Amino acid sequence: MPGLGASFGRGGATNFLEDLANSDCIVIEGSNMAECHPVGFQWVGEAKARGAKIVHIDPRFTRTSAIADLHVPLRIGTDIAFLGGLINHVLTNELYFEEYVVAYTNAAALVGEEYVDSEDLDGLFSGFDAENRVYDVDSWQYEFEEPPHAGADDPGRAAEQDRLEDDPDVTHSDRAQASGSGGPPIPAKPKRDETLQHPRTVFQVLKRHFARYTPEMVSEVCGIEPAVFEQVAEWVTSNSKRDRTTAWVYSVGWTQHSVGAQYIRTCSILQTLLGNIGRPGGGIMALRGHASIQGSTDVPTLFNLLPGYLPMPHAHQHHSLEDYVADAAGKGGFWGNKPAYMTSLLKAWWGDAATPENDFAFDYLPKIDGDHSSYRTIADMIKGKVSGYFLVGENPGVGHPNSRMNRFGLANLDWLVVRDLQMIESATFWKEGPEHETGELAPDTIGTEVFFMPAATHVEKEGTFTQTQRLLQWRHKAVEPPNDARSDLWFYFHLGRILRERLKNSTDPRDRPLLDLTWDYPTHGPDAEPSADAVLREINGYGPDGRLLNSYLEMKDDGSTSGGCWIYSGVYADGVNQAARRKPAKEQGVVASEWGWAWPLNRRMLYNRASADPDGRPWSERKKYVWWDEGAGEWTGVDVPDFEKKKRPDYVPPHGAKAQDALAGTDPFVMQGDGKAWLFAPAGVVDGPLPSHYEPAESVVENAFYKQQANPTLEMIEGPWNRANPTRSDVYPFAVTTYRLTEHHTAGGMSRTLPYLSELQPEFFVEVSPELARLRGLTNGEFATLVSARTAVEAKVLVTERVRPIKLRDGTVVHQIGMPYHWSYAGISTGDAANDLLGIVMDANTHIQESKVSTCDIVAGRRPRGPELLEFVESYRRRAGVPSGQVGVNGRDPVAAQAGEGSSP
Amino acid sequence: MKTWLDSWPLYRQLTGSDPLGRGKAARSKATEATVSRTATADRVVKSVCPFCAVGCAQNVYVKDDAVVQIEGDPDSPINRGRLCPKGAASKQLVTSPSRVTTVKYRRPFGTEWEDLELGTAMEMIADRVLEARRKGWQDENEGKRVNRTMGVASLGGATLDNEENYLMKKLYSALGAIQIENQARI
Repeated sequence: MPGLGASFGRGGATNFLEDLANSDCIVIEGSNMAECHPVGFQWVGEAKARGAKIVHIDPRFTRTSAIADLHVPLRIGTDIAFLGGLINHVLTNELYFEEYVVAYTNAAALVGEEYVDSEDLDGLFSGFDAENRVYDVDSWQYEFEEPPHAGADDPGRAAEQDRLEDDPDVTHSDRAQASGSGGPPIPAKPKRDETLQHPRTVFQVLKRHFARYTPEMVSEVCGIEPAVFEQVAEWVTSNSKRDRTTAWVYSVGWTQHSVGAQYIRTCSILQTLLGNIGRPGGGIMALRGHASIQGSTDVPTLFNLLPGYLPMPHAHQHHSLEDYVADAAGKGGFWGNKPAYMTSLLKAWWGDAATPENDFAFDYLPKIDGDHSSYRTIADMIKGKVSGYFLVGENPGVGHPNSRMNRFGLANLDWLVVRDLQMIESATFWKEGPEHETGELAPDTIGTEVFFMPAATHVEKEGTFTQTQRLLQWRHKAVEPPNDARSDLWFYFHLGRILRERLKNSTDPRDRPLLDLTWDYPTHGPDAEPSADAVLREINGYGPDGRLLNSYLEMKDDGSTSGGCWIYSGVYADGVNQAARRKPAKEQGVVASEWGWAWPLNRRMLYNRASADPDGRPWSERKKYVWWDEGAGEWTGVDVPDFEKKKRPDYVPPHGAKAQDALAGTDPFVMQGDGKAWLFAPAGVVDGPLPSHYEPAESVVENAFYKQQANPTLEMIEGPWNRANPTRSDVYPFAVTTYRLTEHHTAGGMSRTLPYLSELQPEFFVEVSPELARLRGLTNGEFATLVSARTAVEAKVLVTERVRPIKLRDGTVVHQIGMPYHWSYAGISTGDAANDLLGIVMDANTHIQESKVSTCDIVAGRRPRGPELLEFVESYRRRAGVPSGQVGVNGRDPVAAQAGEGSSP
Repeated sequence: MKTWLDSWPLYRQLTGSDPLGRGKAARSKATEATVSRTATADRVVKSVCPFCAVGCAQNVYVKDDAVVQIEGDPDSPINRGRLCPKGAASKQLVTSPSRVTTVKYRRPFGTEWEDLELGTAMEMIADRVLEARRKGWQDENEGKRVNRTMGVASLGGATLDNEENYLMKKLYSALGAIQIENQARI
């Protein structure tokens, strides 16, 4: 979550669901909370009952809109224009929370002279490398108080580090996401002008950047009435500042765009200007879509991250542990303790084999040197570069955009292990599926060996999920899994045990990391289930005396402490599994601090020092939360302060102070190098220090703001299976968005297989407006076929005013189609897969795909069957001037396949 | 005679204290004998819903070592006892008739699934991991030390526990595998 990480220092929801009840206004945008997070939505209902205004900004009218006081049906993919309009409104009319902005943000910081804004370069920022489609971010830096690296132990090395960070290979490796906990590194503190008048202050730069985001432009680009915009602006601004707070809620309606991180940045800027971060009823509530998405980034199975948002070592940058931690040397904020976090991780993994002499086994870690994310790997599979693949509770053959391309990837592996509860499509692609109908795949051409390994359900194993507000909750085991079904903990523990046994006599240095690994977890029961509790203890970390750590503040860089994920340190504070606490809500305070455990250090609201004024007094009685108690000499309140408990509000760091000591008593954003919320992001976001409106990669509209049509850094994957619909094409003339239904879950493996849920939502449908239905002769309840440059799918038509055409000022009418994406051919409830229609283009910050908006055509009737389907789709490509999508054996490039590329015959 | 008449709901409705027939009069012997599964469960186990990220706390009711019912936990400050249609259906994740609980194996170019012992499958997978790791090994790439393998990749769902993700990342890293991804990217 670089959007939040770069703005505030941590990539997590800033507030918690129950706190929405304290909001005076809630804006839900990029989320259909009532249908996708229905039980969390009760807190919006609670706020409404207490008099809060509820606004829903979404192209579709949904059950969230039905509860809202106002629904804003903006055109798909125009949120930056809308939010930018609000920022301009706030700045122009001086509606920002001035004391908050001056004290707690980087508004007063000076931007360097080399910086050129996208306003002056028609949609590009300074430093763009057109060949590699990346930015050199050096010109986005602050003007520094003192020369950079003055505090670093080795200035030369640190400068080299900075230079290397601009290496395109390093940029592609997703440096951005590493700011999930610990803001992006900056070399030194910036010069400031507290009057905000200097033309190069962030504040003035911001004003100029958003000056053209006027209500008229918002109206034109978003396709909404100016009066609607003004109503939202009025509610949001009148419900912010000292006495009142507004909350923003988003979900994948924002992240799944080619400018997704910048959507979140725009919201962060707005909420910061309004003084809504770190305060009750305020914040930005990121709603994650799965039980432990937050956990899966905190303790990541992601190519570019180690636990706790420590970056994976990069081959061009990190030759030693010293190189690795160089960016933290002399830096302010808690990121300054990076050496302690990393050393503790290495000790947790390699125990006694990690010594000061061998750099704590740093070299045991493999190095990345580019983008190794999921979609790149799929493309590599088709080229025969990947031998084996594990799918662990994931169904890319349905759930990923361009699922067709994903299935081709699977067909070119040597072997595949699928761990799941049900026989999902990604396990059966070799014998059935759309490509078997068209004749592109057949069992006798697919050499992939497949192991289906049955998994345990959530009640058949114990462990923690980290839900949407960073809260870890321990699940107890209710029953044993049946037959061969096992937990994933069991699978990986025993696989590791077998591999270590096989290699125990090896003298190959390549095997040392595996043989030296700490892998002695206790097991129990008839299946020799490893202890999840022991794993959680390791994640928490131990001190030199073998005692469990209470906090990451106890971690040392000398090898005397261990800890597998520093941000989770404290989950076993006082030797107690804090995540298993279940003190009933009625028996504790409003924050319910004794239910589960939230990272960091059980702080439920992040940056809550900002709920008090610079002197440490609550901004108002109504919005009292955490404050300075002069008598006791400490911060206190209803939550755990997200601040050093004893640091006085008037503390000024002495010259040369490091890490947290370099932050003042008025710096609430403790993970940022300068302790401030970033209105302007000098680092941490790869596609601009400020957000600019770009049209989606596939759009039917010209960008009204800049000559630059789409995000200049967006990432594409080239190949016959991933053709792009041309911009503003008459052949693919309609915008389409994807979404979830209440009764189904993602790719359907956990819902289309359940009788109750299949009965509730039995078939694939698309939502179209009455106008589009007339235009294309579509009939409610009958079939329609949707076509893109990838393929065609069919669905039942639902004609409804819930989706509406947008009329732009120049007379263009943009028709929008809504398409839930849960279906495919397996399970009880079946249908075509919506994701087959989508291509893969990605946000360069996150490598997340743009699945919330693309283009297509829609025609009445069912799609052609068999090989005729291929010709039907190809005829569209020809008309649109798109290269052929014809593929060779197992989906390989027809030319490359003939040349022998690919691993299977 | 009275007993026979008493078994007739209309009679009870007309003569008893429930003229609208929506309470006592409508209750039959079968109704009286019916007990909720939650009341007869042997034990209640505290869990968390595995679908979306709200993190609704669940009470799992177990009888004779089988899950008989899953309900929202009223003690939770987040869901206050509520569950949505998916959470309310989560018992069927355990009991679904189409759930596959034994290992299945498809050999290269095979046309059907075959059965395989779990232990055999684990050994076979270990063989393949070592072979793929060796095949895709790189000491260096473009002159820079990388000590990794490009032969093994992984993609996990976001219903994995933190402890599971942790062991996965730890084991894969020790093997030198870097193409390790998760639904969290999506």
